[in-house]
Amino acid sequence: MRVPWKALLFVTVIGYLSLLILVPISAIVMRVAESGFGAVLMELSRLEALHSLGLTAVLAAIAVVVNGVFGIIAALVLVRQRFWGRKLFDTLVDLPLTVSPVMTGLAFLLIFGRGGWLQAPLEAANWKVTFAFPGLVIATLFVTLPFTLREVAGVLVEVGTTDEEAAVTLGASAWQTFWNITLPNIKHGLACGITLTLARALGEFGAVLVLGGAISGKTQTATTFIYAATEERREGAAFGMALVLAVVSMIVLGILEWLKAPRKEV
Amino acid sequence: MAIRINGLTKHFGAFAAVAQVSFEIADGELVALLGPSGGGKSTILRIIAGLQEADGGSVELGGERVDHIHARERQVGFVFQHYALFKHMNVSENIAFGLKVQKVPRPERQRRVHELLSLVGLVGLESRFPHQLSGGQRQRVALARALAPRPRVLLLDEPFGAVDAKVREELRRWLRRLHDELHATTLFVTHDQEEAFSVADRVLIINKGRLEQQGTPLEILDTPATEFVARFVGEVNVYDTVVRCGHVKLGALDVPVDSYPDDSAVRLVIRPYDIKLFRVDDEGLAVANRVLPIGDRVRVEATLHNGAPMVAQFPRRSSLLRGIEVGCRLGVEVTHSRAYPLPQ
Amino acid sequence: MNALVSSFLRNSLWPNRISRNSLSTALSPAVQRGRGGLALRWVALVYVGLLVVLPLTALVAKGLGVGTHGIVQALSAPAASAALWLTVWTAALMSVINAVMGTFTAWLLVRHDFPGRRIVSALVDLPLAIPTLVAGMMIVVLLGPQSAIGGYCSRHGFDIVFATPGIVLALLFINLPMVVRAVEPVMRELDPAEQEAAHTLGASDVRIYFQILLPPLLPAIATGTLQSFARALAEFGSIVVVSGNIPFRTLTSPVYIFGEVESGASDTAAAVSLVLLALASALLLAVRGLERFLAAYKRT
Repeated sequence: MRVPWKALLFVTVIGYLSLLILVPISAIVMRVAESGFGAVLMELSRLEALHSLGLTAVLAAIAVVVNGVFGIIAALVLVRQRFWGRKLFDTLVDLPLTVSPVMTGLAFLLIFGRGGWLQAPLEAANWKVTFAFPGLVIATLFVTLPFTLREVAGVLVEVGTTDEEAAVTLGASAWQTFWNITLPNIKHGLACGITLTLARALGEFGAVLVLGGAISGKTQTATTFIYAATEERREGAAFGMALVLAVVSMIVLGILEWLKAPRKEV
Repeated sequence: MAIRINGLTKHFGAFAAVAQVSFEIADGELVALLGPSGGGKSTILRIIAGLQEADGGSVELGGERVDHIHARERQVGFVFQHYALFKHMNVSENIAFGLKVQKVPRPERQRRVHELLSLVGLVGLESRFPHQLSGGQRQRVALARALAPRPRVLLLDEPFGAVDAKVREELRRWLRRLHDELHATTLFVTHDQEEAFSVADRVLIINKGRLEQQGTPLEILDTPATEFVARFVGEVNVYDTVVRCGHVKLGALDVPVDSYPDDSAVRLVIRPYDIKLFRVDDEGLAVANRVLPIGDRVRVEATLHNGAPMVAQFPRRSSLLRGIEVGCRLGVEVTHSRAYPLPQ
Repeated sequence: MNALVSSFLRNSLWPNRISRNSLSTALSPAVQRGRGGLALRWVALVYVGLLVVLPLTALVAKGLGVGTHGIVQALSAPAASAALWLTVWTAALMSVINAVMGTFTAWLLVRHDFPGRRIVSALVDLPLAIPTLVAGMMIVVLLGPQSAIGGYCSRHGFDIVFATPGIVLALLFINLPMVVRAVEPVMRELDPAEQEAAHTLGASDVRIYFQILLPPLLPAIATGTLQSFARALAEFGSIVVVSGNIPFRTLTSPVYIFGEVESGASDTAAAVSLVLLALASALLLAVRGLERFLAAYKRT
């Protein structure tokens, strides 16, 4: 008797994935339905909910732009240059992936917060970082640091230097080379990196919770909104926002998959 | 162990890769499957090995039909074009793999691996990994690996295709010597005519899935059965003309042609080494255009008086070459030629 | 052991990392020399220095500031050590399951073509896109005490949500892509001719799976597993929702640290953070050391 390995494998994996992913998503939809779509919509249109969505969007945009630019610069430096400490740099950049978000929040608190290293100068300048917008920005930048970098670096390695060398022999300046040769070549990696950055920024929770404090209307992002709503037993609002985030992430996922599709060959 | 193929057929969709191929290979022969790329030779080899299933026909090894026996039970040694060495195993482990499958005990395995390493001349490289070996070395390991479990038949798929020219020559000589020592029935696929002719006892010409001719290299060179065979196995001069009175006229040159009635359109095929060119002082039959020394031969390109080109080839020290230079008049003598009916 | 080591030689670890070889061959004269290149370098270094090195240094300093005695004390607070143990063993269990199921999933995606393969591939990437908090909520909704399955299990004495199985499940969800994405590219590169060669040498399918197909995949599997292990140690958002945060039972270290921070005990929080940080760094260093050892071995 020939064991139908292929069928077995298929069923096992599909079953595993369904259990783990498909079903939970439909569960949230059902929960929202339970609370009534109308009521949920009303909750979400309240000012604080809208504000938290807006805040998340702004933070994500900042992360994409700042870490996008950084990602390109750092990738160029890491891949195309040699200097003492390069390997250390390489390792440091990966750290945000392994540090727990709560620890991130704590670390920045220790610098900007009460009793922190920079507390005095900050108070003197009357700048608020912790439990304020700047703190959220810093936390988001930290956690989204490596994504664009890794994608662009990967593409840079693949593409190689021949195009750039050709440009140099034709007299192009460094900026011209970058703008006309390098940038188009890394377009795809950049897009992937930006998408991953976006997804990560949207989902950031622990660090912004600790550093921001989830102050409604001021430092409450979409994720911390959900947390606060759950604490206050406002299930409709919580699940509604969760659904919104889930839908947005699906869209982001769709973009990512579209980018990954075979027409990748430039 | 003899191999017998009967009416083998294989389709890939609408494309017929192998079409009714039948041949026999006697025990201990070294035979080449020669033909242009995509002609079906590798497919035939893989079907014999059991790596692919035929749509029709049968394969017999040693008189027994093996069509329904899986590759792993056919006891066929197979050497792949790109070696297919197990990259994560070293040389010894690669060679010993087939022995491990046969559950040969360790001391015996080690002995046999060593024996094979001496046979292929790679003693001392036991612990190297494939990526640390040169192309020629990898190929020899692939061969040793295939030979280790004492297969009944040895099949090689373009074994020397992926190596440099110099190494290829050495490997060819070495394969021939190996075969003479081991007397294993060996069948190899190649698209290189020189390789097939210098190594094999017999050559089978496969084109577009069909067996065009089989025979010794001499038979194929001197009596090619079809125009394709004639043109495939070496450079030829080709002239499309008409037979008159048992002759064919090429400009002022007369070439006798038998067994064709008058006025039949034929394609005349003459090998460069079946032509004698020599300097003459009168009009002659051709004019020399280029004289090219190529290694041990000299190639003379000439134009016949009717404008058709002719290429002849001589050994470098041939006395015929005396006096031949660009632009001089040449006399022509054709020692051997073949005529085929002109395709419609 | 030989086969294992040699298979490591073939592939570099950390799939998205720049391998040593490729770094050294990809130098460009345009960007390398010149003031522009130097300026870029400093921008990158300063940015990372301020954003990463500074805060982590503060954290480590705070943690060390209590002295070894203080660290030991912080750790021996019963809830703390229980949390640490829970964090480690749930992460380890999840990693093992993930290694196996991730490899199977990659196998299915690479070796078999079936309608809907793109969708399955997208599903695998979903956990990367979804906020971990939302992931936790989904699991609570689906398997929590009020749900059909969860209720059923609870009645039979087996809690999923607000108990350790829920934690492992959440971790599995979040880390699914790690192993799959690490293994997939390596699997695609496997040479089918090697398997055919093994067939002609008489090998059975089982032998081929274990001796020909698996060894080259082991480095990638190890990489993905280590990545998921590290991420699991740090996971917060989903755990805080799913586990119920019951001290000694379902309280993990990140959540414990959170509690300490909220109650103002930043000393103990930093001390426990230090331990987690040390664990993560140890993992990172172990991988690096392995890479370096294997690179040296390869040169011989």
